[in-house]
Amino acid sequence: MSGKRDIAIQLSGVKKMYKLGQIGGGTLRGDLESWWARKRGKEDPNTKIGQKERLKGQTFMALNGIDLTVYQGEALGIIGANGAGKSTMLKLLSRVTAPTEGTIDIYGRIASMLEVGTGFNREMTGRENIYMNGAILGMTKAEIDAKMEDIIDFSEVREFIDTPVKRYSSGMYVKLAFSVAAHLDNEIMIMDEVLAVGDMAFQKKCLTKMREAANKEGRTVLYVSHNMNTIRQLCDRCIVLDQGKIIFDGNVEEAIEMYLGISNTSDTTVLLEYLPREKWVKNDSAIMKRLKIDSDNSYFSFGKSIKAEMIIHGYKYNTDVILKVFLLYNGVAVTTMETSPSIKLEKDQDTEIHFELQLGRLAPAKYTMKLVLCRRNGMGGIEYLDVLMDSYMFEILEPENFHQNQKWSMNNNGFVVGEDIKIFS
Amino acid sequence: MTKEIDKHHVHITSESKWFELNLKEAWKYKDLIVLFTKRNFTLTYKQTILGPLWIFINPFITSIMYTLVFGNIANIGTDGIPHLLFYLTGNAIWTFFAGCVNRNSHTFTANANVFGKVYFPRLTVPVSNVLYGAIQFFVQMIMICVFLVYYVLKGVVSPNWMEWLFIPIILIHLGILGMGVGIVVSSLTTKYRDLGFLVSFGVQLWMYGTPIVYPLSQIGDGLLKQAIMINPVTMPIELFRKAVLGQGIIIPQYLMLSWVITIMLAVFGIMLFNRIEKTFMDTV
Repeated sequence: MSGKRDIAIQLSGVKKMYKLGQIGGGTLRGDLESWWARKRGKEDPNTKIGQKERLKGQTFMALNGIDLTVYQGEALGIIGANGAGKSTMLKLLSRVTAPTEGTIDIYGRIASMLEVGTGFNREMTGRENIYMNGAILGMTKAEIDAKMEDIIDFSEVREFIDTPVKRYSSGMYVKLAFSVAAHLDNEIMIMDEVLAVGDMAFQKKCLTKMREAANKEGRTVLYVSHNMNTIRQLCDRCIVLDQGKIIFDGNVEEAIEMYLGISNTSDTTVLLEYLPREKWVKNDSAIMKRLKIDSDNSYFSFGKSIKAEMIIHGYKYNTDVILKVFLLYNGVAVTTMETSPSIKLEKDQDTEIHFELQLGRLAPAKYTMKLVLCRRNGMGGIEYLDVLMDSYMFEILEPENFHQNQKWSMNNNGFVVGEDIKIFS
Repeated sequence: MTKEIDKHHVHITSESKWFELNLKEAWKYKDLIVLFTKRNFTLTYKQTILGPLWIFINPFITSIMYTLVFGNIANIGTDGIPHLLFYLTGNAIWTFFAGCVNRNSHTFTANANVFGKVYFPRLTVPVSNVLYGAIQFFVQMIMICVFLVYYVLKGVVSPNWMEWLFIPIILIHLGILGMGVGIVVSSLTTKYRDLGFLVSFGVQLWMYGTPIVYPLSQIGDGLLKQAIMINPVTMPIELFRKAVLGQGIIIPQYLMLSWVITIMLAVFGIMLFNRIEKTFMDTV
């Protein structure tokens, strides 16, 4: 490598505008009518009453002036709330759609994985799909042949490779799809939460593979995720997008803190309703709207408690719900607390609750808070109403003379600080 | 490594060029074209017992039906050519053309899912559709040859064997024309779905405006004949029939006109296609 780092991707002044509302008339007749009316200076017959002109001027800037330079061999994480413009950015880079303004320069072939198994056809066998998927992603048949064995090995589905993929389990499907993408020779890899599926062991294998691609093979990786933990593991640089702009660019930890902080209007109010939701939760019966932490900052003393207020909105019916608070360290749940008694929600009403989380003897470290709203259903099971993965981040500070002034290691010393051992004689 | 990467430099701006036929890029993806063509076969004959035999059965049954309806009931003459052979040839070449139009008219809507996720030269899809049709056509030609040999030995038909050399050119001609029409329709269907319904119906109608179930010689002079002659599909089909069956009316001016229309449609189609492919994901 030369002293000057080589650029892989350069975006300058990139904007992407979307029209809001219905795009086009939908029917040729409607558009012709409107066009004809405008020609004659008459009123547009398709205009709704009270609207001046059909959705004119109602546009939405998905990206609003992005300047970014990514160097070769970098693993760049992209985070931001839903609608911040992450996916739009990846779409522009993968050349799926063109920018409204600005220029993009890409040095190298791009392998975009905006979805696992693009072009996979259910009727075709695993092997046929490897050829198809590889070719769509830009490999020639000779290149695929050369890598076929590696791909099959990595995918862990060798036995089923000549079976149509419609007979695959969803896990196998994802493994195969990722394996193809991971074995591309392309210089730049773009991934949009493709790791969100598949089992933990395979996820880890994929992350390792991607890390290697960036570190050893000098490839450039762009990775979008809501899972802060995978961002931490994979990326060495991170940008935070908010309303179509880059608001932070740099260190991964700082970016994550920034991201978990943006959702706050003041330092300690988190607008939960705008945070990304887990896809499997329906969110049609209740939603957590706001979390207000009763503190000026996000630092808490060891052994104290966090006082907070939350506003929950109920949609469908009057019901009793339970709020569960998971405290996570590096993506691993350390403890779970739940409300008791349950919270009474009223239909179409905001309910405000005040609560206190006892930190007990949790070790001093940075924690993220996962919030789950659930209720008992008639069958005695639990129905999840709303789930928020990374909603708030805080740090428990070390008390004075803690642990003989040695660094407390979460890996070696554990998550809970034990009580001092009493000596009786 | 730097040199290697410079080769792959891509510059993206908001402007879209009106005419950009990126054949070099499409050529790089030739393996993809082959795979798309293969996929068409795999998917068409998946879970069928007879499989690719349908390539023979389909036109055979259609031709028998034409023989009954147009030949025996409506009593339309075929210039002395045996009915079955006449309809088999007509059907083979028309199926090729209609297939190019039909399959390509769904390029964007049918592949929205893939197009929306990854970039590859979009033109690979229409090209592979035409190839798929061409392969089907050649397979059908085998069946036609069997019948042809039988009738030639009986002395009923006398093909112009030298003119068989034109068949590839006829296929290219109809392929470009069909693809041109198809991609114009597919580009427009991204915005107006109405056209999707119109096209299969339109292609049916078009067949009756083309000498497929009747020979051109059966049409008396007049406005109708004029219209059929202007139809850009007519001349290539007569050319094909003249080669295979030895009967056909070729008028060079109209053949030229057909080529002019074909090229104009293709250029217009590619222009539209280029325009649409950059941003169609926002409208589809």
